[in-house]
Amino acid sequence: MWGDPIMRWFHVLAGVMWIGLLYFFNFVNAESVKEATAAGEAGPISKYIMPRALAFFRYAAVLTWIFGAGLLSQPALTHNGVNGFVAAFTLGLLPDQGAMAPIGIGAWLGTIMMINVWGPIWQNQKKILGIKPATDEEKAKARRVAFLASRVNTLLSIPMLFFMVTGPLTQGQGIYH
Amino acid sequence: MKNPLDSRWGTVICGFILTAVLYYIARWIVATHTGAAS
Repeated sequence: MWGDPIMRWFHVLAGVMWIGLLYFFNFVNAESVKEATAAGEAGPISKYIMPRALAFFRYAAVLTWIFGAGLLSQPALTHNGVNGFVAAFTLGLLPDQGAMAPIGIGAWLGTIMMINVWGPIWQNQKKILGIKPATDEEKAKARRVAFLASRVNTLLSIPMLFFMVTGPLTQGQGIYH
Repeated sequence: MKNPLDSRWGTVICGFILTAVLYYIARWIVATHTGAAS
């Protein structure tokens, strides 16, 4: 009885932390770093803010995914012998699983975003922050790749959140009929 | 052509367009893979 609400609660808590930091990076920090770099004052941001913010960002992404996967895997979502997790990640295309398509699209978007966080964003941020040795040229390239990967996640977060709020099997699904 | 991801507004507008496209895909799957229709 408590499994669903508890997992849903922690899924949202971790998700707010993750997407909140993503929007902070894209809507606040990117411009601030540009101005601070021009003023020669970007050092403290890279040294004190970014490593901590990125750590919360990375682990919040994983926790959001784990709680989301837990929600989808609940026995209550098994329909016609197909587990909800399988039905969602096959985008509702299995026989009589169509209702799982919206949340499945949201789950795939979230998964791509989580891979993006640990792959292109974090691997390049390590070079930018000096955690991984890199030449100035490599750092410049890493900065561009990390920026674009972060912007892709910002873009994907918009449909992802739409499918997260309308996809679950509640009244919100009325818009798909 | 400028990359829309270089602009915050470009990113947000692309996000809304993608949402609309995916919504119609989801609607189609729900209609064709539910109950007797599947």
